[in-house]
Parts: sequence; structure tokens; C-alpha cells
Amino acid sequence: MSSRPELQAPPEIFYDDVEARKYTSSSRIIEIQANLSVRALELLALPDDGVPRLLLDIGLSGETLSENGHQWVGLDISQSMLDIALEREVEGDLLLGDMGQGLGLRPGVIDGAISISAVQWLCNADKSSHVPKLRLKAFFGSLYRCLARGGRAVLQVYPENIQQRELILRSAMHVGFSGGVVVDYPHSSKKRKEYLVLTCGPPSVSTSVPTGKGEDGESSSDNESSGDEENQTVCISDRHRPKKKQKITKKGRGRDWVLKKKEQRRRRGDDVPPDTKYTARKRKARF
Amino acid sequence: MRLLTHNMLSSNIKGVSNGFPLRIEVEKVAEKQVDFNADFLRNMFPKIEWKAFVDAAKTIGYAELPEEVDSSALESEEFLNKFHHALLELHLEEGALVCPETGRRFPVSKGIPNMLLHEDEV
Repeated sequence: MSSRPELQAPPEIFYDDVEARKYTSSSRIIEIQANLSVRALELLALPDDGVPRLLLDIGLSGETLSENGHQWVGLDISQSMLDIALEREVEGDLLLGDMGQGLGLRPGVIDGAISISAVQWLCNADKSSHVPKLRLKAFFGSLYRCLARGGRAVLQVYPENIQQRELILRSAMHVGFSGGVVVDYPHSSKKRKEYLVLTCGPPSVSTSVPTGKGEDGESSSDNESSGDEENQTVCISDRHRPKKKQKITKKGRGRDWVLKKKEQRRRRGDDVPPDTKYTARKRKARF
Repeated sequence: MRLLTHNMLSSNIKGVSNGFPLRIEVEKVAEKQVDFNADFLRNMFPKIEWKAFVDAAKTIGYAELPEEVDSSALESEEFLNKFHHALLELHLEEGALVCPETGRRFPVSKGIPNMLLHEDEV
């Protein structure tokens, strides 16, 4: 039996009074939430000039934003969670809303957005009218619109599997975000945390994805983008990346390509002819 | 809910092209002290839809704001104080927000607007 809350009930049901109460009574949950939102705020990389910004908190995450002096607007679908927030007299404004219906905000007004463990809820269809893909699209589309140009969104997610991660990331790239996933502590099963770091606008130097924490030694995956880097950004999906990776020149694939392929076959244990000066050489025209 | 948030919110109902500004129906207004920060106000000023902001402030009973301003007003301490008070210290506690195009009411209770849409509005 899975312990994932997403599989147990829709968010507005799951976060009932009992569950929401844990966010004030359990010091462990409070600490985890606080750490996550501190890290998210760090990844948000707001300019360090002491000016408070207007931030958006999607799925209430705690009081970190106020502690750092920022003004914020919080959105949650669970009335119980909002009641708890009221009880704790948080300083931001609260909204009862469903992020899958899109955020009803004017364009370009928000300086940054964070979200802790909320976006993966969109991958579940809790009602017959829910289509995860459309809900993700509505969410990311409206998030993209309401962020100021160059604004960042840091979304901490717990995708259930690779397909979910792909779906979330693809939806984000599809509406125009650039960015990628930052993984903290990739080798630990419990401490491992994934953050989607998205930037509004085309990729540039300032939109490069920061590196994660807790990476020592080489990257574990055989992913191309992280294969030769020592940091732990696991994958960078960029919608502006040219679609065809393999370059096919007019001359054909060339000797290097043939040698590479032969090497691959050899490693697989296949019977491959040796490399000689004749390898991949063109035949004469009269042949 | 503060007027800051009201100024950012727009109606999200499917098919509505101009869901801003949401009309305010007032039942109860509260006032809470917030630390004054001039930098934040200067930063927010260009993002505020001024007309909607002045109208909203009037609706909840604060008529001190000038009808028209430009950025030179930000030099004045007096203006900043009024701006700060209207933007951050006045809360709509009970009432409703009404979509200007469809007339759909979004109830506000305990300062939290309920922006959840029905299935046919998505």
C-alpha cells in the first residue's frame, strides 16, 4: 500500500482538520516545511537589495516568506489549511483556489513564486472532469502570465515516477518557461528533494539552473546532460533546444561516426571487423 | 484580504475577457498595522492599476487617495503614508468580490476570498 497522500484522496479532502492540524502541532512537519521553503527561497535568487517583493505561495508552505520580509499571497485548495494559517496569523493574504483551474491574477505582477509539495497533486484526476494534462497546462500557463519578466518560480515536487516528472516538466516548458530540475541529496532516499526551477522568458546566462546540495562524487545517472558535469542537475529540458541532436552533414556520417558505432557494437560483445585504413573509406566512382 | 491582493486578482472564469477589476461588496473591513517600507511601495507602484485601486479604496471607505498620480508623487512622504495604509493595512474581512463581466460572486469570509470555480466555469 502506497503512503503517497495523492493516492488517498483529493487535496481538499485529504488536508482536513486533522491533517492540517499536524502543520501546527508536529514539530517535525513544521521543520521540514520550513527547510523546504528556505531552500526554495534561496533557489528563487531574488536580488539581494533588501527590497521586499511580492511573491506567490502555491499550496501554503509556511511563514518563511514573511520572515524574510516579503509580501506574499498564498493559495490553497483546502479550507482547513487556510483556517490553520489564519490561526497562526500569517502576514500574507490567503486565497481559496484550485491551481489546476489557473491562477486568476493580472499579467506580470508577481516577482516570484514558490510551491512546496503541491504540483504533483495536479497529476491526479480526482473528478471525471479533471484531465491532468489540461490542469497542468492551465496552472503553468497562468503562472507564466502572472510572473514578471525574468521572474522565477521554484516548485518543490514529489513526482511519483519518471512519467510524472516528464509530464510536469513538459507542461512547464510548453508554456514558455526555461529552466530545469535541481535535485538536493540525490543519493539519499529520504533527504532527496526535487525542485523545478523555472524562469519566465527565454534562456540566458541568468536563467542557468543552480546546482543542488549534497552532491559528492560523480553523478549517478547516465543522462547525457549530467554525464560530464560534477554538479547534480540531473536534467535540463529546454524547449529551445534544437530538435535533432545528431548532425548529419552533406558528406554523410563520416569515419568518426562509423568508428563510434563499431565501438558500441564491440562493447556489446558483437563480432565486429577490426578498424583499418579502409574503414568508412569511400569507394571509387567507377566501382 | 488587502487591496494589494485585490489589485492583482482578476476573474478567471472561462470566456471572460476582461475580469478586472473585481467589484467589492463590503460587509466588514478590518485594519491591521503593517511596518512601513518605502522601497516596497516604490517597487509596487508601477504594477498597481491606479484607478481600480482608488475605486476599491473608496468602496471600503478610504477616500484620501488622489484620483490621478504619476511617479513623482512617490517623493512625498504624505502620499507614501496614504498609499501604504490603503495598500497593506485595510483588509476586507467579510463580503464578496463580483466579476465585472458575468456578475459571478466570489464570497469573502474571514478575509479569504473563495476563488474556486464550478466545473462549467473552467
